[in-house]
Amino acid sequence: MTLATLVFTLFASLAIISALLVVFARNPVHSVLWLIVTFFNAAGLMILLGAEFIAILVILVYVGAVAVLFLFIVMMLDVDFAQLRSGFTKNLPFGILIALVLLAEMGIAVIAGQAGPVIADAPPPLEQSNIVALGELMYGRYLVPFELSGLILLVAMIGAIVLTHRTRGDVRPQDVSKQVQRRPEDAVVLKQPESGKGVEL
Amino acid sequence: MIGLGHYLAVAAVLFTIGVLGIFLNRRNIILMLMAIELILLSVNINLVAFSAYLGDLTGQVFAMFVLTVAAAEAAIGLAILVIFFRRRGSIAVDDVNRMKG
Repeated sequence: MTLATLVFTLFASLAIISALLVVFARNPVHSVLWLIVTFFNAAGLMILLGAEFIAILVILVYVGAVAVLFLFIVMMLDVDFAQLRSGFTKNLPFGILIALVLLAEMGIAVIAGQAGPVIADAPPPLEQSNIVALGELMYGRYLVPFELSGLILLVAMIGAIVLTHRTRGDVRPQDVSKQVQRRPEDAVVLKQPESGKGVEL
Repeated sequence: MIGLGHYLAVAAVLFTIGVLGIFLNRRNIILMLMAIELILLSVNINLVAFSAYLGDLTGQVFAMFVLTVAAAEAAIGLAILVIFFRRRGSIAVDDVNRMKG
């Protein structure tokens, strides 16, 4: 058993176990934390494949942004999760049936692919590093899709802000133009009261 | 020796677990979104595995696009979840059909 086999087995088994725990954990906070473990192990698998850039991207985007967003939402919303789990056992037999059918289908696909000549198993060694080659591809041949993916992110950001933004009635926001337009004549009144008498405004 | 089939098998198992999660947690939309992330992750593993074994980097470019769409989908989905919770006080999604008009 070579080192590569050992590391692959470690990453793959940890990824699968933590993915199972994501689905079966009772507490959604634990689910999010197991999701982070899954992402790390998947990134490890990608590093084994020589795709360092995608692996780092998986850690940055999934663990750094998506998982933290999930954690934030889970902790911010005061949800009764015990009540949400009530349909769990009812859906269990049907869900496991669907999962087994899917797994069997994909197992058949893998076995069938191994029977025939699909591809040469040895990848040709790259003369550049992974990031250089990927960058040349992304900013060259796939420039327009790359820019479009940036546009998708922009639309998602604006959409999320528009969806969740609300004007609250109980706060007093700053109105800059009102402040700038204020003159001393509007704000200050000079009075000269006689001694012993008050001031009427 | 580890071949392409091993990576595809791991991705298949992850995909199946994701689908199982969607089926089991029919009322908890946060867990459903997490299961969708698992499915997209397994797709990414497939793309990267094929890219590595074919010696063609296009697969990794597309894995990055999948990552982009996954991040956008999570952001929008959670934003919708937040306004739904604010309106209803619960995130049980089996009675979303009341949200008409």
